[in-house]
Amino acid sequence: MIGGLFIYNHKGEVLISRVYRDDIGRNAVDAFRVNVIHARQQVRSPVTNIARTSFFHVKRSNIWLAAVTKQNVNAAMVFEFLYKMCDVMTAYFGKISEENIKNNFVLIYELLDEILDFGYPQNSETGALKTFITQTGIKSQSKEEQSQITSQVTGQIGWRREGIKYRRNELFLDVLESVNLLMSPQGQVLSAHVSGRVVMKSYLSGMPECKFGMNDKIVIDKQGKGGASEEAAAGKSGGGGGKQSIAIDDCTFHQCVRLSKFDAERSISFIPPDGECELMRYRTTKDIILPFRVIPLVREVGRTKLEVKVVIKSNFKPSLLAQKIEVRIPTPLNTSGVQVICMKGKAKYKASENAIVWKIKRMAGMKESQISAEIELLPTNDKKKWARPPISMNFEVPFAPSGLKVRYLKVFEPKLNYSDHDVIKWVRYIGRSGIYETRC
Amino acid sequence: MRSVMFRFHVCAGEIFELKAELNSDKKEKKKEAVKKVIASMTVGKDVSALFPDVVNCMQTDNLELKKLVYLYLMNYAKSQPDMAIMAVNTFVKDCEDPNPLIRALAVRTMGCIRVDKITEYLCEPLRKCLKDEDPYVRKTAAVCVAKLHDINAQLVEDQGFLDTLKDLISDSNPMVVANAVAALSEIAESHPNSNLLDLNPQSINKLLTALNECTEWGQIFILDCLANYTPRDDRESQSICERVTPRLSHANSAVVLSAVKVLMKFMEMLPKDLDYYGTLLKKLAPPLVTLLSAEPELQYVALRNINLIVQKRPEILKHEMKVFFVKYNDPIYVKLEKLDIMIRLASQANIAQVLAELKEYATEVDVDFVRKAVRAIGRCAIKVEQSAERCVSTLLDLIQTKVNYVVQEAIVVIKDIFRKYPNKYESVIATLCENLDSLDEPEARAAMIWIVGEYAERIDNADELLESFLEGFHDESTQVQLQLLTAIVKLFLKKPTETQELVQQVLSLATQDSDNPDLRDRGYIYWRLLSTDPVAAKEVVLAEKPLISEETDLIEPTLLEELICHIGTLASVYHKPPSAFVEGSRGVMHKRLPAQGTECPDVGNAAGGSAPEAAPSIIPSQGDLLGDLLNLDLPAVLLPLFNTNCSSYGILYPQVWLPAMKAKGLEISGTFARRAGVIQMELVLTNKAMSVMTDFAIQFNRNSFGLAPAGPLQVLTPLGPNQTIEVSLPLSTVGPVMKMDPLNNLQRQVFLATWKDIPNDNESQFQIQDCHLNSASNKLQGSNIFTIAKRTVEGQDMLYMSIKLSNGIWVLAELKVQAGNPNYTISLKCRAPEVSQCVFQCYEAVLKN
Repeated sequence: MIGGLFIYNHKGEVLISRVYRDDIGRNAVDAFRVNVIHARQQVRSPVTNIARTSFFHVKRSNIWLAAVTKQNVNAAMVFEFLYKMCDVMTAYFGKISEENIKNNFVLIYELLDEILDFGYPQNSETGALKTFITQTGIKSQSKEEQSQITSQVTGQIGWRREGIKYRRNELFLDVLESVNLLMSPQGQVLSAHVSGRVVMKSYLSGMPECKFGMNDKIVIDKQGKGGASEEAAAGKSGGGGGKQSIAIDDCTFHQCVRLSKFDAERSISFIPPDGECELMRYRTTKDIILPFRVIPLVREVGRTKLEVKVVIKSNFKPSLLAQKIEVRIPTPLNTSGVQVICMKGKAKYKASENAIVWKIKRMAGMKESQISAEIELLPTNDKKKWARPPISMNFEVPFAPSGLKVRYLKVFEPKLNYSDHDVIKWVRYIGRSGIYETRC
Repeated sequence: MRSVMFRFHVCAGEIFELKAELNSDKKEKKKEAVKKVIASMTVGKDVSALFPDVVNCMQTDNLELKKLVYLYLMNYAKSQPDMAIMAVNTFVKDCEDPNPLIRALAVRTMGCIRVDKITEYLCEPLRKCLKDEDPYVRKTAAVCVAKLHDINAQLVEDQGFLDTLKDLISDSNPMVVANAVAALSEIAESHPNSNLLDLNPQSINKLLTALNECTEWGQIFILDCLANYTPRDDRESQSICERVTPRLSHANSAVVLSAVKVLMKFMEMLPKDLDYYGTLLKKLAPPLVTLLSAEPELQYVALRNINLIVQKRPEILKHEMKVFFVKYNDPIYVKLEKLDIMIRLASQANIAQVLAELKEYATEVDVDFVRKAVRAIGRCAIKVEQSAERCVSTLLDLIQTKVNYVVQEAIVVIKDIFRKYPNKYESVIATLCENLDSLDEPEARAAMIWIVGEYAERIDNADELLESFLEGFHDESTQVQLQLLTAIVKLFLKKPTETQELVQQVLSLATQDSDNPDLRDRGYIYWRLLSTDPVAAKEVVLAEKPLISEETDLIEPTLLEELICHIGTLASVYHKPPSAFVEGSRGVMHKRLPAQGTECPDVGNAAGGSAPEAAPSIIPSQGDLLGDLLNLDLPAVLLPLFNTNCSSYGILYPQVWLPAMKAKGLEISGTFARRAGVIQMELVLTNKAMSVMTDFAIQFNRNSFGLAPAGPLQVLTPLGPNQTIEVSLPLSTVGPVMKMDPLNNLQRQVFLATWKDIPNDNESQFQIQDCHLNSASNKLQGSNIFTIAKRTVEGQDMLYMSIKLSNGIWVLAELKVQAGNPNYTISLKCRAPEVSQCVFQCYEAVLKN
């Protein structure tokens, strides 16, 4: 299991050092600094073995977190734990920075004591931790309160405490998708997938039992056998021309979702944590709506000049507006000057980033725009060819590129008297670009 | 000097100040002071001098302050064991506190203090906490048993904590169950045969129930534990799989990977024609792909594991090629791993896409990545015959870029392509020759030389080309030298008239001016071949080479099986068994996949399923099978054979002499037996590789017993995959005898320690009578018995001596010699007391001779 956990600043000075196992000595702290943080080359692996000691590291801004062990530990678990540790710290004191860590070191030690015991990760849900690890020191609690804390930390529903009350029962669902694309210069889709998340913010009283439904193809097909005509009619009346159901390649759930029930009936039921949680992640590859198409044209005019023309086309309903559009066209390292002309938005050559950055604030569906640039090059005798990195794109659109639709989210709370109808529900869809690249 | 003094003052001053603050009456000030102490401790300053002052702050209602003091104690208790005792009372009192959080904190901290005196006091509170009414305390106490076991295993067993821990597996609280499982698994690892976990269908059922209810981490502990269980039949295996599959949708990648491990292992037991088997295969692919959308570090772990899974069961991911395409901003470690998997998945169906990608990668910036991409193109050519032509032309395009390392890498792989498809792509040789001057890496130079030698008859200026390499012969690496020697000999055999001078030059360079025995030997062999029988030389040197196969870099099957049992762990990341990087006994147990219940062994599992070929044949690999066998130490078992008068020694059970992992799949186990007065070596040969093995032969190294085969090894039939054959080889003792170099004698301390270490029961005393010697020790040393120390007690000379038998058994001896008394007393101590009698006989023989 995890033998120790160290946190360093960018210089390699140790900010936090907690050792759990006897086989990890103080020299391990230095070994990591010398061999990884101060190493000359770029880090070639997140797992490093130095003198039979294994180091797992992740970096957050310029802070290094390293877990150390001498045993054959579950490597995936160690990384999951390090990410979780980052989440917990962020939930407690915001951004992970040297200053924040120094100011909160007592708290961090306290957390490390609680969520890792002898190197075994324990309950690390922020909701539960915040009930008894506070920065003010524990106030005198009544006996009931104490046992409530312990039963929550160890209980089956470790992520929610009893007795939550809201005057207004409200919940927000965000369907956040990032659409990824790799396209060949000829416009052929090399790979495309959507990775989506359903984020739920709930302000519900008591211990509400929730059931979430979406237009999952498997579920719809199953129901279709029973009431096909009804479903079809509903689909038509909705009539946005969108697909009625989508094929989900794979999905994973927050630990509150009953997985065995999903496996058996494909229904998503759970008792949500209070506040925000990521209910589900999913991935689709079929029938993706690609919001933008990039058509590049690069021409080398002699050895010292490049001509670039890029056309972007928006491919969604004209009534919808895409936002924060940014096209990044890489330029060779020996670029000496660039002239750009664009039809819409603003474009600038950024020498420090070796790219032309073209920004458009808003763009409606089914539109087209283009940019052309002339790039002057310095003559070099460098034998190596310019690698021609792909043109990448960023944007945000108000729909889900995968076609996912939330069908319902039902809330039952048998003990308190509010019904599903009393809960105010909000749904929002946001599609963002992930790695959206076109080779040129 | 001044600066050092100054710093010292500051430190002392700091400590003084802190001391005052720690003893302050004000709570706030105290707390701030302890915080400062912890801060200094973190950066590595020694604040152990404050121990008593900090411990004094322990008795407080303030939980935060208490936790800080505990943290300090965990760090320094070991260096100040006497003072640490001061804390015991508070701990014991805290273990009785009405607040469960404080009870748990006390027992958790106490377990981390590795001081014997404190652990003694820990037992009682721990016993209570294990049965505490609060689950939070119980789950903490469960882990504490593992801590205590790490400090003092005996104590844990004596106190019966293991049984209590086992009971916790049936606890009503899932987190308690999870922690108990984790603790028991860890303890069981250090007692491989203890059957501590005692997994049976009932306990498995309990674990599976807890699996649905506990935290993500608990699920990992339970799944990792389940993976060690071997179901009794395929039905049980299926029902466990059914209950584990829902975990594949968990958000935590570690839960998913651990579930994959359980499924991959238990699947082995399912009959392949079962519907469920197919369903399960289909269910495995999506979660594995999803792992690739995790953070890069986890992607890396996932990819290393997928690499194993793809080798074991290529059918799972064969349609998922696209997800392994490299993204421009993937970290380099992810890129390299993806590339590896792409090659493994390449097939006729997707080769066009793969090639287009690889070509793209070959223009990237990172040198390692580009090299690997070029190499990958070559491997595609070898793997998918239909694509070979396209691969070669892609490689030629890359050579035209003139980027130095790309060219070199391309030449290395083209050589392999020639080996796979002889007489097909020789038209490209001209292009290759153009780049001769730019090659500076030994591997590329050797490859180029090989090509020139192999196709010498088609290259007009082959002699000039090779001659140009010959100039700096001694500066080349061995690889290049060997290749150059062979190439020139090939050239000579093809064009004898023009190249006589050249071949003489290279032979004399290799045999007379070189210090390298390999090179010299090869030179002599060629020389003699050429001078005695040129026709035979031609047959040998220009013989048709076996084609190389695609499975060159697959992980050896037994290792692969072991690694599959370690999915998700470090072993699967390093692709090494745990014993290769874990110290001590922990986790060194070899794990194996369960055997298939029914059905035939799966032979056609290999990616290609091509017709079986003769033994693995790859050019680049240097360490060949033969070498492995020659280095074999045939141990221990020889001893009884030479003890002529003891027929009572039975035949030893066959031992594994050569594990399959070391010999490309050939496993040899065997023993020596004496049958009808003839010594026999009885061998069991098992083929664990994927191809057929033939042409077995055996050679004995010179050994101290003069053992040599009395006849040839009789293995007449070829050995198919998974086949086993038993042979016995009669031996004679007339072979060349190797006199062993004197074995080094033991160091004094080692001797003492070993002497103490061996139980007294193993000591035996003998009398040697009528011995008249001046210097016993000299006489003994002549026979490799060394005197380590000598002392005189009450007129007796005590000689301490050590002997090491050639099988590694140490014998320690104490020889008492009294002046004037011809009778010596000898005490022998040895871990294997059986040998004492023989050793005594030797002593007697040596001393009296």
